[in-house]
Amino acid sequence: MNDQGDHMTDQKPFVDIQHAQKSYGALEVLKDINLQVQKGQIVAIIGPSGSGKSTLLRAINDLDPLTGGEIWLEDKQINKNLPHRQYEKHINLVRQEIGMVFQHFNLFPHLTVRGNVTLAPKMLKGLSDADANKLAEEQLDKVGMLERIDYYPSQLSGGQKQRVAIARALAMNPKVMLFDEATSALDPELVEEVNLVMKKLAEEHMTMIIVTHEMSFAESVCDRVLFMDQGVVVEEGPPEVMFRNPKNDRTKEFLRKHLAGQHR
Amino acid sequence: MGLDFTVIPQYLDIILWGALWTILITLGAAAVSFIGGMILAVIALYAPKLVRLPFRAFAFLFMGTPLLLQLFLIYFGLVQVGIDVPAVMAGIIGLGLHFAVYNSELFQTGILAVDKGQIEAARTLGLGRMQALRKVVVPQAIRDVIPPVGNNMIALLKDSALVSVIGVSELTLSAQRAIGSTYRPFEFYVLVAVIYYIINLFMEAAQRRVERRVQASR
Amino acid sequence: MQKVFPFFLEAAWITVLLSVLTTILGLILGAVGASARLSRFALIRFLGAAYVSVFRGTPALIQLFILYFGGPQIGIQLDAFQAGVIGLGINAGAYMTETMRGAIIAIDKGQIEAARTVGLSRFQTMRYVVLPQAMRLMIRPLGVNINAMIKATALVAAISVVELTYTAQRFIGSTYKPFEMFLIAGILYMIIIYITGQAVSWLDRKARIS
Ligand SMILES: Nc1ncnc2c1ncn2[C@@H]1O[C@H](COP(=O)(O)OP(=O)(O)O)[C@@H](O)[C@H]1O
Ligand SMILES: [Mg+2]
Repeated sequence: MNDQGDHMTDQKPFVDIQHAQKSYGALEVLKDINLQVQKGQIVAIIGPSGSGKSTLLRAINDLDPLTGGEIWLEDKQINKNLPHRQYEKHINLVRQEIGMVFQHFNLFPHLTVRGNVTLAPKMLKGLSDADANKLAEEQLDKVGMLERIDYYPSQLSGGQKQRVAIARALAMNPKVMLFDEATSALDPELVEEVNLVMKKLAEEHMTMIIVTHEMSFAESVCDRVLFMDQGVVVEEGPPEVMFRNPKNDRTKEFLRKHLAGQHR
Repeated sequence: MGLDFTVIPQYLDIILWGALWTILITLGAAAVSFIGGMILAVIALYAPKLVRLPFRAFAFLFMGTPLLLQLFLIYFGLVQVGIDVPAVMAGIIGLGLHFAVYNSELFQTGILAVDKGQIEAARTLGLGRMQALRKVVVPQAIRDVIPPVGNNMIALLKDSALVSVIGVSELTLSAQRAIGSTYRPFEFYVLVAVIYYIINLFMEAAQRRVERRVQASR
Repeated sequence: MQKVFPFFLEAAWITVLLSVLTTILGLILGAVGASARLSRFALIRFLGAAYVSVFRGTPALIQLFILYFGGPQIGIQLDAFQAGVIGLGINAGAYMTETMRGAIIAIDKGQIEAARTVGLSRFQTMRYVVLPQAMRLMIRPLGVNINAMIKATALVAAISVVELTYTAQRFIGSTYKPFEMFLIAGILYMIIIYITGQAVSWLDRKARIS
C-alpha cells in the first residue's frame, strides 16, 4: 500500500493515523487502520454502511475516542493520555483546528445564520462583535449564503443549511475539514450546490477527508480514495484506479452494487 | 347584611399597593423558580450521585407536599435556625423554591430532548462541555419548555395569595386589612379576585406573545 | 414528639375526608362543565367557558374566602369544613372540566362520523361511542388533577379547618420544631397521595384492558 506516489515521500504527513483500533464491547469497529494525509490533500473514504467510516472520522476529533492507536495532526498527538481536566483543554484546542460537517447539518436552531457562524469565534477566539460579523460575512459569501445571514436555520433548505454549516466550520480557520456524508440527507437537486462549495475548497488546497457515496464527485475532486469494509481499509489508491480498475474483489463488488443501485 | 360596594374607593390605594406587591413577589419568585429550576435540572442530570441524592430527596418532598405547608416550614424554620428574614423574603424564597422543583422537571425533559448532534456540533467547534451546555443546549431547552413553564408562572401568581398566611402584605392581606375595619369580606374579596384575574389575563397574553416570537427559532 | 402523633392522625383523616368529598364534587362539576363546553347552544358553551376561566384565573384561596367569609352576606351560611369542600370542589371542577373536554375532543372524528352513519343519534353517539373511549383517556390526567387537589386541601387551614397543615402549623408554634412537624405532615400527605396514585394507576390499567 505504498503506491501513493513517490513525489510525497519526503513530506511528513499532515494528518497521521497509526494503528487505529476501536471496539464497542466485543464489537471491533476499526481494526488497525493506518492513514496518512498530506497537507492540501483530499482523501475520500467509501464503503458499505456500517464499515466504520463515521467512526474513523469522528475519532479524528475525538467525538468517538479510539480504544487503540494514535492520531496526529502536524506535530501534535490528538488522542494523547492526559488527566481529564488537561485533556479537555487540549482537545478543545485541537477541535478548533479541525472543521467537521455532519450529514444532518446540526445547525443551532435557536441562532440565526450569523449567530451560528459567530458563536465559536466569539467565545473561543475572543473576537469582537464587529470582527466576528466581518468574518461571518466573508465565510457566508464564500458559500453563497450572505443574503440569508439573518435567517434562522428553519427558514433554509437542506442545501442552504449545509452550506451554512460549512461556513460555520470555516470560520474557525481549520487546518483540516472532515465531511461525513455531507450530501446524503439532501434532496438530489440540492446536492450540487454543496458539492460546488466543496470543490471550491479543493481549489484552495484545503486538506479534506470526505466520507461520501457520491462516486463521481469523489472521482472529480479527490487525490486518493480509500475503500473500507468491516473496519479495515481493503484497498486504496488514486481515483482513476479505484473507480476504473480496482484490484480487490470486495471493492469491485461494492462498486458494482453501488452503481447498480444508484441511478440519480 | 347586604352588599355595599361604595366602601371600596376609600381603600383602593391600600388594595392597589397590595396588587403591586403581588406583582413584585410573583416576579421575584418567578426569577428564583427559573434560575433555581435550571440549577436543579443541571444538578439532577450532570452532578455526581452523592450530590444528586439530597437534591432528589428535596424535590421529592417538595412535589409531594402542599405549598402552604412548605411556606410554614421556610418561614418558621428560618427563624428557628436564627435567620430572621422579612416575611416577604420568606414568601419569595418559599414560592420560588416550590416552583423551581416543578420547573426543574420541565427543564430536565427539555435538556434531554435536545438532539445529541447539537452537542457534537458545538464540541466539534471547540466549545467545552459547560460552554456547549450554556450556549447551545440550555437555550434550546428553555425555548422548548416555554409553554409549560409559562403555565407554572401563571399558577405561581395565583399561589402567591398563600404568602398572606405568613404575613406578607400583598393583595390578599391588604384585602384582609380593609375587611378588618369595614367588615365587608364579600366586596373586597371579589374585588381582589377581579384584580388577580386581570393580572392573570396579562400573563396569558405575555405568554402567547413569547411563544409566537420563538416560533422562528425552532 | 409522641404526644403529637394522635393529633396528626386525626388531622390526616380530615384531609382524607376533604380529599374524597372534593374529588366527588369536582368530578360531578367537571362532567357538567365539560358537557356545557361541548354544548350545541352558544350560551351554554359560554357559561361553561366562563366557569373555567374565572375559577382557573383566580386564586383558590380567594374563592374559598369569598364563600366562607363573604357567603353570609348573600345568605350562604356554611361551616368551615362545608365551605372547604364546596369551595375546593368548585375550583377542582373547573380544572377537571378542561381535562374531560380535552379527552372527549381527542376522540377521532371518524369514530363520530361512523356512529352517525349507522344511525345513532347525537346523544347515543356520545353515550356509546365517544364517552367509553374518552373515559380511558381521561383517567391519568384526572389523576394529576386529583393529586394537585389533595395538596390544595391545605388551603382550608386558612379558614381554621383542623386538617394536616393546620395541625402542623399549630405544633410548629407550640413545639418550635418546624422541620419535624413539616416532616410528619409531609409524610402523611405523601402516603395519601401515593395511595391515590396507585388507585388511579389501577383504574387506568383496568380501563386499558377492556
Ligand atoms: N455507540 C455505538 N455503540 C455500539 N456500536 C456502534 C456505536 N456506534 C457505531 N457502532 C457500530 O460501529 C459500526 C460502524 O459504524 P459507523 O462508523 O457509523 O459506520 P459507517 O459510517 O461506515 O456507516 C457499525 O456496526 C455500528 O453499528
Ligand atoms: Mg456513517
